[in-house]
Formats: sequence, C-alpha cells, structure tokens
Amino acid sequence: MALVEARDLVKRFGSLTAVDGISFAVERGEVVGFLGPNGAGKSTAMRIISGFLEPTSGEAWIDGHNSHGEPIAARRRLGYLPEGAPAYADMSVGAFLSFIAAMHGLTKPQANERLAELIERVHLAEVWNQRIDSLSKGFKRRVGIAQALVHDPDVLILDEPTDGLDPNQKYEMRALIRAIAPHKAIVISTHILEEVEAVCGRVIIIARGRILADATPAALLALAPEAGSLAVTIATGEPQRAIDAISKEPNVAAVAVAERLNGATRLVVQPGQGRPSATALAGALGRADIAADEIYLRRPTLDDVFRQITTER
Amino acid sequence: MRPLLLVFRREWAGYFATPVAAVFLIVFLALNAGLTFLVSGFFERGQADLSSFFFWHPWLYLVLMPAIAMRLWAEERRSGTIELLMTLPVEPWQIVVGKWLAAWAFAGLALILTMPAWITVNVLGSPDNGVILASYLGSWLMAGAFLALSAAISGLTKSQVLAFIGATAVSFLFVMAGFDLVISAVRGWAPAIVIDTVRSMSFLNHFQHITDGVLELPSIVFFVSLIVFCLWLNVRVIEVTKAA
Repeated sequence: MALVEARDLVKRFGSLTAVDGISFAVERGEVVGFLGPNGAGKSTAMRIISGFLEPTSGEAWIDGHNSHGEPIAARRRLGYLPEGAPAYADMSVGAFLSFIAAMHGLTKPQANERLAELIERVHLAEVWNQRIDSLSKGFKRRVGIAQALVHDPDVLILDEPTDGLDPNQKYEMRALIRAIAPHKAIVISTHILEEVEAVCGRVIIIARGRILADATPAALLALAPEAGSLAVTIATGEPQRAIDAISKEPNVAAVAVAERLNGATRLVVQPGQGRPSATALAGALGRADIAADEIYLRRPTLDDVFRQITTER
Repeated sequence: MRPLLLVFRREWAGYFATPVAAVFLIVFLALNAGLTFLVSGFFERGQADLSSFFFWHPWLYLVLMPAIAMRLWAEERRSGTIELLMTLPVEPWQIVVGKWLAAWAFAGLALILTMPAWITVNVLGSPDNGVILASYLGSWLMAGAFLALSAAISGLTKSQVLAFIGATAVSFLFVMAGFDLVISAVRGWAPAIVIDTVRSMSFLNHFQHITDGVLELPSIVFFVSLIVFCLWLNVRVIEVTKAA
C-alpha cells in the first residue's frame, strides 16, 4: 500500500459539497502538489487525510493505518502543517517545539537531538527563545514546518508551506522539501505555480472538490494551447501584411493577433508539422520590409494550463 | 499519562504567560475579602468560623470559574491550534482532562491564597479546623464542577465571550436549581421525579451540606459525578464539532 492513500473522499457541509469523490495515492519519494483555486477543497481534503475532519464518506490511510479507524497509529507517522501554520502564541519557539516533540512520544534526549538538527535546517536559532506571537510571518511558517518534522515522520502533509515567506525563504523552503523528499511521501498545497515546477514530481489539480488532472508538471505543460508556438512582435499597428508574409512560410499552421501594443502588434504563430525557425520568420518579414522587434519561442506556463483546466469544465 | 501531564503543564504555564492570572487572583481575593468582612460583617458576628467566608463562594465561582475556563477550548478554535492538537497521536480524553486539571489547579492556587482568613480566625478564637478544612476541600471540589461545566461549553465556540456568557448562564441554573426561580419553570408540566432531580442538582444545597459538615458524602458524590459527566461531555463536544 502507498504511504498516503485516499479513496472516494466526500465531505459535505450542509448543502455545500466541499470535497466530491477524491482518490489518489502517494508513494515514498513522491512530492505531490495540490493545486486549485481558493475554495476548491484542498484544505478540506488535507484535513480529512490528517484525521482532523471526519469524511461524509470515503476513507484515507497513512502508511496502511486508517485515519479514522486507527487515528493514533496514523498520526504517529504523519507530520501535518495546518492552514495558516497555527502555533501557541504564548509559548517560546523552543518550548513549543519541545512540547510537540514530547506529545509525539519523543524522550528528552531524542527531542533535544532532533531539535538541534531542525534548528539548523529550518534556521530557527535566532528566535529560539522568542515568543511565537512576536515572530514575523516567515518565522512563524518555519516554526510550523519544524513542528511537522519534529518526529521525522514518513508522511508530510503541508498546507501552503511557503505562504508568507519572502523569495529567499521560499527558495530555502523548497530546497528543504527537496532534500527530505527521497525518504518520505509529501503532499503540499499551494497557489504558486512556479513552486509546483520547483519541487513537485506530480501535480493534482482540484476545483469544486473534484480532481481535474493528476500528472507530472511536464505532461501538464504539454496540454497548454501555446505549447511550441512562437511570438512575433512587429513595430506596426497594421499587421495584415506581416500575417500574410508569415503564413506563406512552411510549417506555419496559423497566425493570429495576440495583443495590440502601443504602435506595435504581437502575433502568435502556431506550428504545423515541424516548428518554423525564428530566422525563417525574420527572413519572411524582412522580405516584406517589416521590422521584427522580437521573435521568441513561447514557453507554456502552468498558469495557462491551470486557467484552462479550471475554467473550461 | 504523559500527554495528559504535558497538556496540564502547557495550560498551567499559559495562565501565567500574561498578566491575566495576576489580575484574576487579585480580583478573587479582593472580592472574597470584601464580601466576607464588609458585607457579611465577619467581625460583628463575633464567631470564630469561616461560614461567612465560604457563604460567598458559589456566587464568586459563578462568574470567576467561567472566566478561568473560557479560553481552554475557545482560544484553540480561534487560533486554529485545535487542528494541531487534535492531529497529534494522543487520545482526546487526555487533552480534555489535562486542560481541566490545569484550570482546577489554578482555582486551587486562588483558594490557597485565601489562607490568611483561616489564620485570622485561629488568632481570634478557636474554630473547628476540621470543618474549615472540609469546607476548603468542598469549595475546591465545587470549583472543579463549575470548571468542567465551563470547559465543555468553551468547546462549543471560538469566542471566549460567548463561552463565558454560556458557562455563566448554565452555572446559574445549577446554583439556583433548588430555588423557586428554577423549580417553577418545570413544576407546571414535569412529573415529580423530574422536579426532585432538578432540585437535587443545586450547587448551593450541596455546598451547604459540605460546609455544615452534615450529609457530606452524597454531595461529594454529586460533585464528582458531575465533573466526570462534564469531562465526558467535553470529549464528545470536541469529537462531534470537529467532524462538522
């Protein structure tokens, strides 16, 4: 059995169905990104798997232990960062993490050894004796990560682990997740698509409580409508002659106006069987005596795929 | 048992993490002394006992015990830490009991700080110290019942204010259960056994039995049973509301 397994999870709050039949499995060594618009059901699904919420129907297992049938055994193997990284505001960082470690059943020496390692990894040394309510958002989030890692669990469920971090901190957090990933099964939720590309080997896109896609980031990018297309910017507001010129080139399937800029126009060139080279397009424009400001291969983004998938159905 | 003690220690320290604890203790001691010496006329009575001191405890606890217990669960809900706490590999009852014990110990501390009153009567005369000790223990036990009741109600809301108001309202019913104010609400329609049951729930009557030194055992059993029931209810409240 996979380290994390969810089968047909359904959660209704009154007439609202927050999670509507979600199933997936995560193996050791996998980092799965939960992606979805706000209110898509990401946090609700994570709460069910962690055992905090009771599902209306369906079941979840952590390392073979049912989240609700054997909650204690399941939670021993789980590190969980709830949404918003809650922590006891009136405790110091050190006291809080020691408390969580002891609640996980670590002895004093075990906890001290583990915490010494985490201080290094998550960079908490300078705030160790500070009260949690005096911490910046970034430090608070790191305390939340440290509390999830304190018992070295096989399974990590992290709800928005980089929310509120500055770019450097985000970079470090992603490096940390990548470093521990080979030994664990990790599920993270995020709004940030670049993060998915940076750390996740697999993406699950959720909207309105359902899974719309479950694939590698590369496979998702290939779904983008602009995959392989080129953008051509010309210094004129009258693009018709340019469109005619480019259309005659081999391997060009279609040319369309993407955007009208200040006295310039951006065209999108869809490839046919092969892809036309930028040099060929520049040559065609040159023969028609049209100046090309820039020609580049459009790199499809997960943003585009995400928008397409979450709005079309 | 270790998680229970850990939760107890955390909550106990939580009371002293802010000046609230000091303020609470001062208010409790000042009210207690004011009511005993000024309103009840401790010195004018000319008797070396503490009955005028214990007389006020149910009324003081009616407001002060909900104030001690209101944050126990409401604050966990408001700050979201309940999600952290309830996903730790710990049985919920250990958390419930640990929290209640911390509140009860805090109430015990408040009672211990009233010891000067005990010393005073011993200096002024020769009171029956057995009765006073029993009254102290009875008062602490009653405080435990108020706290268990208030903690269970705190589990229903994320607002400490609502937790306080709800706990005070319910506690008021228990304090007044033997009086016409409450009895008349059920007398019209309920069978005699219900009326008797309601009457038997009165905190005032049970506490009086303990401080008078008569019929102590049934009253002790009553308070202990009520505490156990409320703690069980607290566990159920936490388990049911987290599912919703």
